Amino acid sequence: MTEELTDQKQRRHPGRGPVDTLNEMDHAAIDESITSRQEVSGFGSMIRTQPFWVFLAILAIGIVMTFVSDAFMTERNMFNITRNFAFFGIMALGMSAVICTAGIDLSVGSLLGLCAITLGLTMQAGWGIEVGFVVCMLTAAAVGAINGVLIAYLKMAPFVVTLGMLAMARSIAMVISNNKMIYEFGPDMELFEWIGGESMLGVPNVVWVLILMTAGFWWVWRYSTWGRWVIAIGGNAQAAKLSGIPVERMIVSVYMVCSMCTGLAAFMFIGYTGSATNGMGVTYELNVIAASVIGGANLMGGVVYALGAPIGAALVELIRNSLLLAGIPALWQQFFVGLFLILAVLLEQIRSRGRS
Amino acid sequence: MGLLNLNGITKSFGAIHALNGVDLSIDPGEAVGLMGDNGAGKSTLMKIIAGNFKPTSGEIRIEDKSVEFHKPIDARHAGIEIVYQDLALCDNLTAAANVFLGREAKKRIGPFSWLDHGAMYKRAGELFSELKSETRPRDLVRQMSGGQRQAVAIARTRLSDPKLVLMDEPTAAISVRQVAEVLALIKRLKDTGHAVILVSHRMPDVFDVCDRVAVLRRGTKVADKHIKETSPEEVTGLITGAIEAA
Repeated sequence: MTEELTDQKQRRHPGRGPVDTLNEMDHAAIDESITSRQEVSGFGSMIRTQPFWVFLAILAIGIVMTFVSDAFMTERNMFNITRNFAFFGIMALGMSAVICTAGIDLSVGSLLGLCAITLGLTMQAGWGIEVGFVVCMLTAAAVGAINGVLIAYLKMAPFVVTLGMLAMARSIAMVISNNKMIYEFGPDMELFEWIGGESMLGVPNVVWVLILMTAGFWWVWRYSTWGRWVIAIGGNAQAAKLSGIPVERMIVSVYMVCSMCTGLAAFMFIGYTGSATNGMGVTYELNVIAASVIGGANLMGGVVYALGAPIGAALVELIRNSLLLAGIPALWQQFFVGLFLILAVLLEQIRSRGRS
Repeated sequence: MGLLNLNGITKSFGAIHALNGVDLSIDPGEAVGLMGDNGAGKSTLMKIIAGNFKPTSGEIRIEDKSVEFHKPIDARHAGIEIVYQDLALCDNLTAAANVFLGREAKKRIGPFSWLDHGAMYKRAGELFSELKSETRPRDLVRQMSGGQRQAVAIARTRLSDPKLVLMDEPTAAISVRQVAEVLALIKRLKDTGHAVILVSHRMPDVFDVCDRVAVLRRGTKVADKHIKETSPEEVTGLITGAIEAA
């Protein structure tokens, strides 16, 4: 028999509470008091997040650019920048959810093209804007559901499934469009193009949509059970499963949400450009994934910020715009987007090393 | 009449008989140590009680009612909570979020509901202080020591006030000081009337907190004795087979 262990004898918490005297501080206890830092709130927790640092980078680039180019700080240019990144921002909100589950969706660019065509054909055939919108979103939901079921229930790798879907969705778009451009959108064409291309109170409509969606996702990640469960699955899917969370159904819903964000972006984008082609959105998946990752989404899963998506998308667009205004050839654009992507991941690595 | 009764539990995987007619009973507030060498059938028995496996034959009775578990969540509904060896925690969430994982507290107005963070932090804080653990509800699990993680896993089992807590090697991977902390947590569970099954390789732990010890060898229960009527030497002999049965 070992001796009876009483609570007081056993529990030592040096420096934390009155339980015991401090003179018996052992190594385990020192470790513990160091590692048990409390999650800080308010400003302290904000400066620990990736979006905050990327936001600082945006401000820095913005300040430099006001000196480099007179055209930068004009209302016109700001309007263009915000409108251009809003499409990517909306898609990146959904992509962040997928990345939070340690997944990836490579099919969003092709899906944008497919949605453009189904939407375009519906409205061209004389249906109203409501029907067009529903068809667009159903197309997106169906593609997301297929991705999700293959990944969640058949346990296939997200990379492979969505790579396959990238090829298939593009091909379907070509087939059903008969490789023709659509620029006639039926009776509601005027309203449709107003929604995508015009603005309210000096702010482009698509930016309003991005703001509302970001606020919505902020609420979802913070206050909804769905958001909590998605983050839990990203942290430890096995633990989530043992806690009774329907992991497979959740994964399917996440891919559907991602696709439907793309569907919504497609609806706005076609209205903005005023035409639909099956080549729309080629290589967009790269920008969307870059925006999500720059905004703090961690490909290992379990990390998501609602504000990260628009901030990441803003940085990508700002790079493009700045290079243009600074007179650097457009051929350099992708180089700098890639560079910032790698820098963002490096920053995240350094910060997490500092924490552990 | 016991809280949990296992009657003649047998489990075969093809030609391999992992368990041969094991009986085990446990009363409220009682702690039973389940011991045995690797491959003796401890894990299989645990998984049957936890609802991961269905027994090939035999019966599980809880408070004298026959039950059948198809998946782990069924066992939870029947009042059995499990602390898994790897603890099954989400490192990226707070202690409170882990305690409430899968059964979050919500506020509700009409059709709308949202997570009630305040209530969850408060309740988790109460659970930790009941366990006399200084784990803080808002801390991320990633930043916690092994003992604190155990406290989170154990606090989680108390959320539903279960009848039986099943613990799989809770002291296997933590420091000596933290072991004592975990054993104190187990005693607290007993004091509040919870039955505990402790699966462990560590003889001192079992003799410290358990009222009875059951020994499995090659799928058969070879001993089931009160702690006071046996000794670590005897149990070691039973585990290895040096003593046939007792």
